[in-house]
Amino acid sequence: MATRRIEVGALARVEGEGGLRVVVEGDRVQEVFLDIFEPPRFFEAFLRGRAAQDAVDLTARICGICPVAYQMSAAHALEKAFGISPPPGVRALRRLLYCGEWIESHVLHMFLLHAPDFLGHESGISMAADPALRPLVERALRMKKIGNHLVTIIGGREIHPVSVCIGGFFRAPARAELAALVPDLAWGLENAVDAVRWAAGLAYPAFEADYEFVALRHPDEYPMNEGRLVSSGGLDAPVDAYDAHFVEEHLAHSNALHSRFLRDGRSYLVGPLARVNLNADRLSRTARAVAAEIGLALPLRNPFMSLLARGLETVHAFEEALALVEAYEPPDPPRAPAVPRAGVGAHATEAPRGLLYHRYEVDADGRITAARIVPPTSQNLRRIEEDLRGFVPSILAAPHDEATLRCEQLVRSYDPCISCATHFLRLQIERTLPA
Amino acid sequence: MTRRPRLAVYKFTSCDGCQLSLLDCEDELLALAGAVEIAHFLEASRRTLPGPYDVALVEGSVTTEEEVERLKEVRRQAKLLVAIGACATAGGIQALRNWADVEEFTRAVYATPAYIRTLDRSRPLSDVVLVDFELRGCPISKRQLLDVITALLVGRKPQVPAHSVCTECKRRGTVCVMVAGGVPCLGPVTQAGCGAICPAYARGCYACFGPMATPNTAAMGDRLVALGLERAEVVRAFRGINGYAPPFAAAGDRFARGDVEEA
Repeated sequence: MATRRIEVGALARVEGEGGLRVVVEGDRVQEVFLDIFEPPRFFEAFLRGRAAQDAVDLTARICGICPVAYQMSAAHALEKAFGISPPPGVRALRRLLYCGEWIESHVLHMFLLHAPDFLGHESGISMAADPALRPLVERALRMKKIGNHLVTIIGGREIHPVSVCIGGFFRAPARAELAALVPDLAWGLENAVDAVRWAAGLAYPAFEADYEFVALRHPDEYPMNEGRLVSSGGLDAPVDAYDAHFVEEHLAHSNALHSRFLRDGRSYLVGPLARVNLNADRLSRTARAVAAEIGLALPLRNPFMSLLARGLETVHAFEEALALVEAYEPPDPPRAPAVPRAGVGAHATEAPRGLLYHRYEVDADGRITAARIVPPTSQNLRRIEEDLRGFVPSILAAPHDEATLRCEQLVRSYDPCISCATHFLRLQIERTLPA
Repeated sequence: MTRRPRLAVYKFTSCDGCQLSLLDCEDELLALAGAVEIAHFLEASRRTLPGPYDVALVEGSVTTEEEVERLKEVRRQAKLLVAIGACATAGGIQALRNWADVEEFTRAVYATPAYIRTLDRSRPLSDVVLVDFELRGCPISKRQLLDVITALLVGRKPQVPAHSVCTECKRRGTVCVMVAGGVPCLGPVTQAGCGAICPAYARGCYACFGPMATPNTAAMGDRLVALGLERAEVVRAFRGINGYAPPFAAAGDRFARGDVEEA
């Protein structure tokens, strides 16, 4: 058996640094590794001894793309630890803030990170140089800007916003500040619907996997900040019980931890695909209508079609943001006082990439004594490896560059954030060919 | 036609937020991509062109041996190297390890510490290579980023103020949260650039943009004590996102030791 090693440089258009290695012997995939070499930053360690509010401000720095998600999970978990409830109106404003982040993150991924794979381009920027595609990129940038603008009004700036605190917000925007966004949000909704129609016409590689989907589920809302922890395999538990159902493992090739079900050791999937499959009935009216129009058959089991799921969620986020802005009254006061007490608080919210779990222990002075953070990409890593294992045999006949691109495309489908759990993946396929 | 200047973007230990700022320039991104050749920017493009590059924007701090070597290679390929953000200019929030036992930190987060390779300190780029310009912030300001790129491309000096956040509050018409509300605020010792967002959102500045030129950290710390902060809290205030920036590191250490002179 001759050994052949094929190395390809960087997989781009993901967040963070990681590598990918596939070892093939004849037609058999022997090994698949996602090698996370994004260096460790030790958030859970340096938070010990810090004030509780620092968890809200500092964990945002885990990810420049989804800082709101970190702030949301941290604030909710610490409110539980302190036994406080935010005043009326805070809940709606937090959902509105999350809508902004979902729009900004999803549109970035759909058009600038994922779409180039489907259109034979290297980047969104090269797409923009093609006159036929330029309007698509321009519309995407405008949608993304609206999401960012929403975050900026509520949070002060789009990356690492400053207004979220334990108990609510430091400051709630005036009604007029948000009302000025109505025309943009209406434009965004219309264009997000068009984006789903466009996404429905893309050529998706034929690959399906038998996932167990995990997401939050809320009695009457599409899940963002609150809900029960549910799965397509029958799990139904309160979010605080996360640790009773899932466990993280530390593998030699990874600076991230891999999650699995405690129950049977199996992998699971979080993120837009999981959320849409488990919560399609909670999508907004227009999102449901466009799903029906394109003939979407659920459950979606093709990971490449996560693009469609992000599209539907973008429609939802614009529509819900419109409704929230129209009904908005500034919460007064904007926050409940964060009176410290010793305690434990655990909470999960739905980051753009999926379930984000935080757990804190605090002392009587409100200082953090223990912190644990499980980002969505850690939960998906095992599943990504399994998907590569399943997918690679179908592309071995393709020329190497094409096979590599398809592997990258599959990994990008998860919108992996290795800064959360990467910035580039180095794809390396080792092949042992029959002599 | 002359060759367009080549721009490269790199990431070290960081959150992606500063380079994302470039993609967040929604109104200017396509014009920028026309004016320069984006030759290396992995977050945005699969295509990379070989160096040398006219300008390299580098995000992140240096926390591994591999990064030390990679940064030296980036320096060799870049005519101008610009450090972007608090990680690249001061080591970032992950520099809190610099006051701790990294082995203990590793044990606290990872089940099998032997799998983790990291340096004892998170360091700014300038500890390892010559840096031509530093752009502060966590995250950087888009406006300042565009100004720096434009300035470097036309060969003028970037216009980045070194005065304090206080000036920005005054310009914005924000009532001082510390004087009027007794809220601890690091604005008086922090470099401007963010637009004084935090006081405008009714909270104190936590120094994302690092120390201003010649900050009076001793008086700042005393003021925080007078507002009721315990000494340990003053230490934590300095040891934040820019805690390893020399003036803040020295102030934090001084308050930690307790040998604070009267201001």
